[in-house]
Amino acid sequence: MIDAMRDGLLGYGDAGLVVWLLLKVLVIAVPVIIAVAMFVYWERKVIGWMHVRLGPTEIGPFGLLQAFADVFKLLFKEVIRPTTANKFLFFLAPLIALVPSFAAWSLVPFDAGMVLANVNVGLLLLLALTSLGVYGIILAGWASNSRYAMLGAMRAAAQTISYEIPMGFALVSVMIMTGSLNLSEIVMAQAGTKGFFDWYWLPLLPMFVIYFISGVAETNRSPFDMAEGESEIVAGFHVEYSGSAFAIFFLAEYANMILIAFLATVLFMGGWLSPLQGWITADVAWIDWIWKGGWQWTFIKAFCFSFFYLWFRATFPRYRYDQIMRLGWKVFIPITIAWVVVAACLKYFGLVTIGA
Amino acid sequence: MTFELVCFYFFATVAGIAALSVISVKNPVVAALCLVLTFFSMACVWLLAQAEFLAVALVLVYVGAVMVLFLFVVMMLDVDFTAVREGFVRFLPVGVLVAVVMLAEMLMMIGVRTLQTPATADPALLAGMSNMEWLGHTLFRDFLLPFEIASLILTVGLIAAVTLTLRKRTGTKIQKPSQQVRVRREDRIRLVKMAAVKKGEVAP
Repeated sequence: MIDAMRDGLLGYGDAGLVVWLLLKVLVIAVPVIIAVAMFVYWERKVIGWMHVRLGPTEIGPFGLLQAFADVFKLLFKEVIRPTTANKFLFFLAPLIALVPSFAAWSLVPFDAGMVLANVNVGLLLLLALTSLGVYGIILAGWASNSRYAMLGAMRAAAQTISYEIPMGFALVSVMIMTGSLNLSEIVMAQAGTKGFFDWYWLPLLPMFVIYFISGVAETNRSPFDMAEGESEIVAGFHVEYSGSAFAIFFLAEYANMILIAFLATVLFMGGWLSPLQGWITADVAWIDWIWKGGWQWTFIKAFCFSFFYLWFRATFPRYRYDQIMRLGWKVFIPITIAWVVVAACLKYFGLVTIGA
Repeated sequence: MTFELVCFYFFATVAGIAALSVISVKNPVVAALCLVLTFFSMACVWLLAQAEFLAVALVLVYVGAVMVLFLFVVMMLDVDFTAVREGFVRFLPVGVLVAVVMLAEMLMMIGVRTLQTPATADPALLAGMSNMEWLGHTLFRDFLLPFEIASLILTVGLIAAVTLTLRKRTGTKIQKPSQQVRVRREDRIRLVKMAAVKKGEVAP
């Protein structure tokens, strides 16, 4: 059916191609937006349970429509601009925050061949795109012309740049192992016959842990949410934003969180590969994705990682600012530099091989 | 006109306009953002020239890291920029002269020779590899020694910059997180046992 639709659209020439590409973008972007809404609901539920509360219960069955009620409330609220704010940058900032976080989704492979942009330099492009997101935060902080917002922006900028370095090194070790920057090739390099022991979490265990922690720090989430720090700087960089402008920041932050969960899956946990790969080889219709691998595994693993975000938030108290910087510069960076050398040795002496 | 050519003209125009506004806009933060836009458009132009590694590296290093720090500094500055710009017209001829001389030198260095010799085919395409792979092979196989020397010089520069700017001030209070983590209850509180005494009563 999909093939017929594509051929039908491509029959219209260039205009058809544009429509086809737009459709492909929408097929990724709309589920991301809905996933963000449902993730907010799930977050409130999970944290509620961890605090021995109920979480949202009133709107819809089990409170399922709570997120949509919140979205509509935000959209119908008035957008207030402080009189001394820089008008152009004040409204540009949320968009700059949103665009990179959605653009990065085009690179995520969900299954073999199920990827919007199969780019050769995918991993580098991803790093570049995620580093662009900080502009939204900095501009929001500066354009608001508020002290709290400014302090939040400064903290966010310093933190994001610091944690990009260990994150980059973690990606470098994955590149060394795979010999490629293409995300689909990285997943396929983790295929083999030893089940989940073939994935990169085992040879790159410290990198895997550091990557995920840096991801949490990079998305400014608890316990690294110094950019927002309610008890110190009210709400940080978005303290002056209301209504839909605030909703866009919210959307960008959660889209980034889910993106990091997917990336941790793809880079270290074998993407769509099954943890039972190579152990069972039977052919059974409908359920053989459980041991042969399929998009279902990508989503299951990514769901677990995004659950960790909520778990961290409910469990850990917020870091002190100097301790965040110490963790990034004095702990993570030395470990990652050493492990890049270890990874290179593992590869050179043939202890880790591609696809076996 | 092909689609690629249209893209090239678009990105080149944006890069040119943005570069001009870097030196002409009043607000320093907007100027820094225009510089970001210039870098970004140039990265797009390089992508069109199929130098994808260079393009992504430009975005990653300059847009993602260097310009963020730049913005960081510019935002914290509290300089009266109208005073700085007062001499703009007076120094303009000198500036233009310097720019023209620089342009002439650049043209002499690279322009003239490349104008005479026709551009060779893309070596990456000839080798049948992606741009990225070809760069890796060239850097780490054919030019390994120069590459290592360059990285060594950069490391030396980095250490020199740190040692030159690092000041050891006396009398500052520094927290050591490792000591703070290792602290035990006995270090902080002292439990004193006292008999309960009512007011006006003499303790036994």
